Amino acid sequence: MAERYSSFEKGGRMWLIQRITAVFLLVVLAFHFFLLHFVHHADEVSFLASAGRMEQLSYYSLMILFLVTATFHGVNGVYNALINQGLTGTKRTVIKWTLVAASAVLIVQGIRTANAWAGIGLY
Amino acid sequence: MSQSYNRGLIEDFGRWREFEAGMWAWIFHKFTGWVLIGYLFTHIAVLSTGIPAAGASEAALMAGEDVYTQTIVSLEELLLVRILEVGLLAVAVFHMLNGTRLLLVDLGVGLDAQDKSFYASLILTGAITVASVPTFIAGAF
Repeated sequence: MAERYSSFEKGGRMWLIQRITAVFLLVVLAFHFFLLHFVHHADEVSFLASAGRMEQLSYYSLMILFLVTATFHGVNGVYNALINQGLTGTKRTVIKWTLVAASAVLIVQGIRTANAWAGIGLY
Repeated sequence: MSQSYNRGLIEDFGRWREFEAGMWAWIFHKFTGWVLIGYLFTHIAVLSTGIPAAGASEAALMAGEDVYTQTIVSLEELLLVRILEVGLLAVAVFHMLNGTRLLLVDLGVGLDAQDKSFYASLILTGAITVASVPTFIAGAF
């Protein structure tokens, strides 16, 4: 019978999501940098200009998806890095849920900010 | 019969003199990843000034006197912030180029040229960063 030597989790779902978000982030991060540093310049930023972009549903939804994927990719990357450094047991569980909570705060705060610009009452 | 091996830590930084290109790629990818997630939290914190700014009067928004616009403008006036932004670009570009390389390796593409593609990522990061300096520094003086 074939034996399993791999240290990957069975199914490797998190591994796959890390790669899928990577591909998405490659495109959207490049777009984000290009739009906000090369098309518009950093010293031309204003609330009205940011609001003007965020009031478009396509831009708003892209930025929310960007926030969620970047948070997942970054926080999951940190978690993987800590596991490679030897994080195990109770410490691993505590850090895992701390990272989940930090991600939730970041996503909620990001959505509140986007809503403030988009003129959506919920913020 | 199945056996398990204690492989020890994946990274033993005490042995950095023995590291080859692949190990440096792994370390740089991780370092730039830490910087990027740290920046994401900072970025959202700064952008959150948009929340109180949304309550400002139309006249204050038109004049750019709201807390969001004032925060960003005063940060962008600092040369240090502009230099840090160039650093952020360098970190992001390396992470993206090396990440593309890792995705290709996962797909089995270019397995024989992994060292070369790492060096290419470094050189391209340097070139893109240098070429972007004028854009990032514009208006700082």
